[in-house]
Amino acid sequence: MASLDRVKVLVLGDSGVGKSSLVHLLCQNQVLGNPSWTVGCSVDVRIHDYKEGTPEEKTFYIELWDVGGSVGSASSLKSTRAVFYNSVNGIILVHDLTNKKSSQNLYRWSLEALNRDSSPTGVIVSNGDYDREQFAENPVPLLLIGTKFDQIPESKRSEVLTRTAFLSEDFIAEEINLDCTNPRYLAAGTSNAVKLSRFFDKVIEKRYFTRDPSPMAAFTDRKRFNFKSLHYD
Amino acid sequence: MSFLVDSVIMFTSQVLFFGFGWLFFMRQLFKDYEVRQYVVQVVFSVTFAFSCTMFELIIFEILGALSSSSRYFHWKLNLYVILLVLIFVVPFYIGYFVVSNIRLLQRQRLLFACMVWFTFMYFFWKLGDPFPILSPKHGILSIEQLISRVGVIGVTLMALLSGFGAVNCPYTYMSYFLRNVTDGDILALERRLLQTMDMIVSKKKRIAMTRRQMYQRGEDQNKQTGFWGMIKSVTSTQSGSENLSLIQQEVDALEELSRQLFLETVDLQSTKERIEYSKTFQGKYFNFLGYFFSIYCVWKIFMVKFWSQHISFILVGIIIVTSIRGLLITLTKFFYAISSSKSSNVIVLVLAQIMGMYFVSSVLLMRMSMPLEYRSIVTEVLGELQFNFYHRWFDVIFLVSALSSILFLYLAHKQAPEKHMAL
Repeated sequence: MASLDRVKVLVLGDSGVGKSSLVHLLCQNQVLGNPSWTVGCSVDVRIHDYKEGTPEEKTFYIELWDVGGSVGSASSLKSTRAVFYNSVNGIILVHDLTNKKSSQNLYRWSLEALNRDSSPTGVIVSNGDYDREQFAENPVPLLLIGTKFDQIPESKRSEVLTRTAFLSEDFIAEEINLDCTNPRYLAAGTSNAVKLSRFFDKVIEKRYFTRDPSPMAAFTDRKRFNFKSLHYD
Repeated sequence: MSFLVDSVIMFTSQVLFFGFGWLFFMRQLFKDYEVRQYVVQVVFSVTFAFSCTMFELIIFEILGALSSSSRYFHWKLNLYVILLVLIFVVPFYIGYFVVSNIRLLQRQRLLFACMVWFTFMYFFWKLGDPFPILSPKHGILSIEQLISRVGVIGVTLMALLSGFGAVNCPYTYMSYFLRNVTDGDILALERRLLQTMDMIVSKKKRIAMTRRQMYQRGEDQNKQTGFWGMIKSVTSTQSGSENLSLIQQEVDALEELSRQLFLETVDLQSTKERIEYSKTFQGKYFNFLGYFFSIYCVWKIFMVKFWSQHISFILVGIIIVTSIRGLLITLTKFFYAISSSKSSNVIVLVLAQIMGMYFVSSVLLMRMSMPLEYRSIVTEVLGELQFNFYHRWFDVIFLVSALSSILFLYLAHKQAPEKHMAL
């Protein structure tokens, strides 16, 4: 069995927005039949071909860590959740298009996760408010996914899409709007599938291929570091 | 003239209570959710406002504020309104929102909601039969019938909560019970949790890789669902899929373990926070209160006769304030623990119902603790209910609840140190 390199991507959002359904759709290419409340964290793995179709094509494991809960949880829950936020390479922010609060809470979610990142270039926030500059320097790529798209009536669609466009601007991230019970939205060749693939490529690139003049040395360095941290934290 | 002034005072205070309930709803209960149905918020605030007004009327009774005729009028008015809300409005809306959540019944929502309400009324009425709460000379549609039933439900609820609270309060606040939790314990547990997650991840990688290889080799190994799927899987000789299902079982077991470890870690973290809190000034203050109230609760369990009516009145005041505060805090915690964006409306309405019934029966029971001269108004307003029955019923349920809480907490406490031995 080939041992591939891996990247860790967090899937964050309020409870009930559809993170578990989304992760199931991304990893098993199937709709989740019986969604239930996630306790703690549930992980699933997706195999991704980096730079598919080019000579530099390489296969990676993408670990999707679906952390359950709400931003208003007790602090004991929050401190326990924080152990999952170590050495994160990418974050998928999930919100429910029919629920404005879940979109607003994404700011708090992203701050919670980014604050905990222990890498030296991690984002330090002083007062917990949203600050656009910090997102500009953010080394962790973000992706915004809106769920329950099918439940928005035709008349309200443009209003909702405008709102999410503002959100994606704030996070400096791409956005995908879909319905987790319909695999058609992520079918190969759709613009959503392309955005998803680009996001995963970006995550892998940030993790393994830096813009240093000597990319190979940096690559092997990071590889060694990666194996160590696997068993410490 | 004085009646007008009194009514204005009552109305102002009701508006204030309504505003407080509204704010509590917005800032505390629903701060993470979107309020889409304003009727829920209004019903909750109205229930809260009229419940608080009843307590206010008791205080006015004792203080002798307002004229006695206007007090009597407002008692009656308040009682009618709150019974209307608790028996007609809230149960109907609970039924309506529960039905709305079920996709099948969504077309005929109103019809099914009415059916649910009629079922509720039937059981509500039947509730009165086994209890000796009324003297037989009352008619069918008198207000005493309604109050008596609401009273039974509310008193049972109060006794259960008080019994549990009487045992839980000293347990929570007294340092003696706090387990010794060090940072090392928490770190060790977190390490175990992450190791379990790593194991799950590596197994899932194997599954994903095997699936991909089988798919690339053109074998049809996707989910064997349905009747034909089962037949197929029995007769097929694909070792790959057998291997997969074995790994999948291991993954399921590991995921269950990871959930348990997660919950244990949360438990340890909250214990550690409680220990830290008990060292602060606020913590010490509540600690002292905890000792005080545990003595009161222990007394209550052994039912010693009071030697002074007026001390009991002061305690009544304290009980009212702490029980409202305690109830709101408990409701909030409960609400956070079990609600989601789908069920939040139903849960808030259920909480409003519980709160209303709790407050109505507080009034019934408070009569027991009130000095003799003030009992008359309560007796007069509520009609000839068999108050003694309620007092005895409360005591019985209180005792049962307290004893079972002691047993439950003892078992939970005993299990905890053993869990840490296994680490």
